[in-house]
Amino acid sequence: MIFARNPVHSVLWLIVAFFNAAGLMLLLGAEFIAMLVVIVYVGAVAVLFLFVVMMLDVDFASLRSGFTRNLPFGIIIALVLLAEIVIALSAWNAGPALSGRAIPAAPTQNIVALGQLLYSRYLFAFELAGLILLVAMIGAIVLTHRSRSDTRPQKAWKQIARRPGDAITMADPGVGEGMKL
Amino acid sequence: MIGLNHYLAVGAILFTIGVLGIFLNRRNVILMLMAIELILLAVNINLVAFSAYLGDLTGQVLAMFVLTVAAAEAAIGLAILVIFFRRRGSIAVDDVNRMHG
Repeated sequence: MIFARNPVHSVLWLIVAFFNAAGLMLLLGAEFIAMLVVIVYVGAVAVLFLFVVMMLDVDFASLRSGFTRNLPFGIIIALVLLAEIVIALSAWNAGPALSGRAIPAAPTQNIVALGQLLYSRYLFAFELAGLILLVAMIGAIVLTHRSRSDTRPQKAWKQIARRPGDAITMADPGVGEGMKL
Repeated sequence: MIGLNHYLAVGAILFTIGVLGIFLNRRNVILMLMAIELILLAVNINLVAFSAYLGDLTGQVLAMFVLTVAAAEAAIGLAILVIFFRRRGSIAVDDVNRMHG
């Protein structure tokens, strides 16, 4: 994903990674999270990225100028980070609870158990997540919305507030006289 | 038999690839945001793996919250990116230095 020359290819590789992760979660027995990953990540986030990459007319080649210069150092950093994680993991004792295979799925369905947990113990956090999404939505709309001066939108409140008295004037010119509007 | 360590290894490798992506594409904000999504995905894999092997659903609840925050972050980040591009005509990180006062 990070080595792709074309950012559109990069987004497509990202979608491949999302699908693979969803498959892994499906193997772990977390069906709901797997479906959520497919729907939210692939269906919303990746499409958003694709949309922005295609909408912005950016010269992506010029943005890659430091790529080859950073490449050796970056790979060294990445290998060091990976080695650190691996060393930490191998030194870590999992304990008896984690040393076996995956706990077989509970008799209740994954979605049912997750829903019962979400709406009872984690209700406050769940509503907080909804609030975060609401703030993100309003923020994105407020940030990107611009009122253009060359459009003539329909203003419903003006139409509703219009009264006959504002629009019609009764004129009664006398005979032979002009009328000044 | 696939054990917990295999899932953790996948998560670690994905996390490292994400960090490498941020490091390599330091001038392209879109690719940086995508690399952040990759890192959050690695965290999600770890959470779900621990949740499955501990038999505790709390990890999956936490993975849902991480997913929510990731989606919100992507939306806000891309919105900021769009208005930045509209104003400056470029998305290079080096150009983002106009916020003095």
